[in-house]
Amino acid sequence: MDMAVATEMQPHTAVASTQKTKVVAKNTNVFYGEKHALKDVSVSIPDKGVMSFIGPSGCGKSTFLRCINRMNDTIPVCRVTGKITIDDQDIYDPKLDVVQLRARVGMVFQKPNPFPKSIFENVAYGPRIHGLAKSKSDLEAIVTSSLEKAGLWKEVKDRLQDSGTGLSGGQQQRLCIARAIAVGPEVILMDEPCSALDPIATAKVEELIDELKKNFCIIIVTHSMQQAARVSQRTAFFHLGLLVEEGETSHIFTNPSDKRTQDYITGRFG
Amino acid sequence: MLTEKKTLLGGLRFWDRNPKPEAAAYPLERKPEGEPMNEQAVKSAEHIVRSYEEELALLDKKIAQMGGLAEHILGKSFDSIERRDPMLAELVVKSDKQIDTLEREIEDQVISMIARRQPMANDLRHVMAALRITGDLERIGDLAKNIAKRALAIAHESHPKPLMTGLRHMGELALAQLKEVLDAYAERDADRALAVWRDDENIDAMYNSLFRELLTYMMEDPRNIGLSTHLLFGAKNIERVGDHTTNIAETVHFLVRGVNITDDRPKGDDTSSTLFAKE
Repeated sequence: MDMAVATEMQPHTAVASTQKTKVVAKNTNVFYGEKHALKDVSVSIPDKGVMSFIGPSGCGKSTFLRCINRMNDTIPVCRVTGKITIDDQDIYDPKLDVVQLRARVGMVFQKPNPFPKSIFENVAYGPRIHGLAKSKSDLEAIVTSSLEKAGLWKEVKDRLQDSGTGLSGGQQQRLCIARAIAVGPEVILMDEPCSALDPIATAKVEELIDELKKNFCIIIVTHSMQQAARVSQRTAFFHLGLLVEEGETSHIFTNPSDKRTQDYITGRFG
Repeated sequence: MLTEKKTLLGGLRFWDRNPKPEAAAYPLERKPEGEPMNEQAVKSAEHIVRSYEEELALLDKKIAQMGGLAEHILGKSFDSIERRDPMLAELVVKSDKQIDTLEREIEDQVISMIARRQPMANDLRHVMAALRITGDLERIGDLAKNIAKRALAIAHESHPKPLMTGLRHMGELALAQLKEVLDAYAERDADRALAVWRDDENIDAMYNSLFRELLTYMMEDPRNIGLSTHLLFGAKNIERVGDHTTNIAETVHFLVRGVNITDDRPKGDDTSSTLFAKE
């Protein structure tokens, strides 16, 4: 019997083709000494959108994230091969200023880590050392708009001189996001930004991510599959240092193509 | 799980006919990387959380129960018309309640699983499929009930043999299709579901010819109109059973392959545009 029946294929490559690509990795390998932590990862990450990396612990997703702003440079035994470009510029070019790169590629960590300084100083520090503000009023404008973009302004506008560490966990995390966006980055890397937060604070950060994706390329590593499903448009699944599957989030979570992806997201192995 | 013997109303249940060794349903070997999953792989390894696995199995068991019941009362509703057996008809009307109860149970379980487990990928398709199928089976139960009610109404009229044979024939075909699709669900067999989906055309064709026969019969003698109308509605109900069966087939296809069928189904029912033939 003729079993050929037209089926509805999700256009899971559509996003990549219609959106501008921001970050491209080609055959990226990472070694920590002898350990081959990341194996031949190639991926294109679209601009003005959210891409999430999921996978079990030790699968290489954070390692890959840290390659994008050369955070791995700080680890002596770490060696990175392959090519990563942002707007077609090779970020491992020896002539490239790493400090400038990290201003273009901001990062937010799992645990909120505000400087033990005032809320104002936390945000003002980056623009000041990068010389982004010509005057005091310039700096104040940057701080205000960064806090507004991070959805924190209303909560802290009357206490800008209070210590950043005195805020609640969720507020601290949003302060760190404000600090990251104050230097005008193009890419924001988030390494499990919500795993230390309660559900309300998590929802606020997710709302913020939704807002920020209009202007930034956001890459988020998360252990919460639901979070990846909620906030991202594209998802990449890593396993044992390999990029197993990458595609449109709705496709990955309803009909993954690879069995390992399916087993992981349905909770069949960890 | 599916091979558990339990008498619902007696009779043959579809999961008795196809006892499957469970080990075969869970292949251990993984596909080489990059290659898309085949259908066997959809039946994945066990969950880390065993209670989740148990809930999914319970869902299948309830669908199997409900499917068995729907098959059973549908068969009995045909018998009640054919044998002019009001007792049997009443039994069918009563049994439909059991189906409704099962539907509620399955719905509650699906809602609770979505809330508590947030199923993903094939698990998500599994619970959504269960929810859809339970709706279709409930409607099939209702249709069987309606056929039985018509059997009560015409129990004391004389039944013309050729018409009854035609109805019986159509009913048997619909019942076979329902059995087949429930088997396809139990075995996660998309090809079998597709075959059912295609074959619904045959039921439609039989409905067409029965429709014409009944029209002729009514034109011959107006005294036949009462009986014929009931039989016509009975036939229409059977045709509707066929439609719900194709819905289930589509759901099974989605469950197994993760994509919807977008082809137009071959349709044979043109009675909505049929008129009295003018001599």
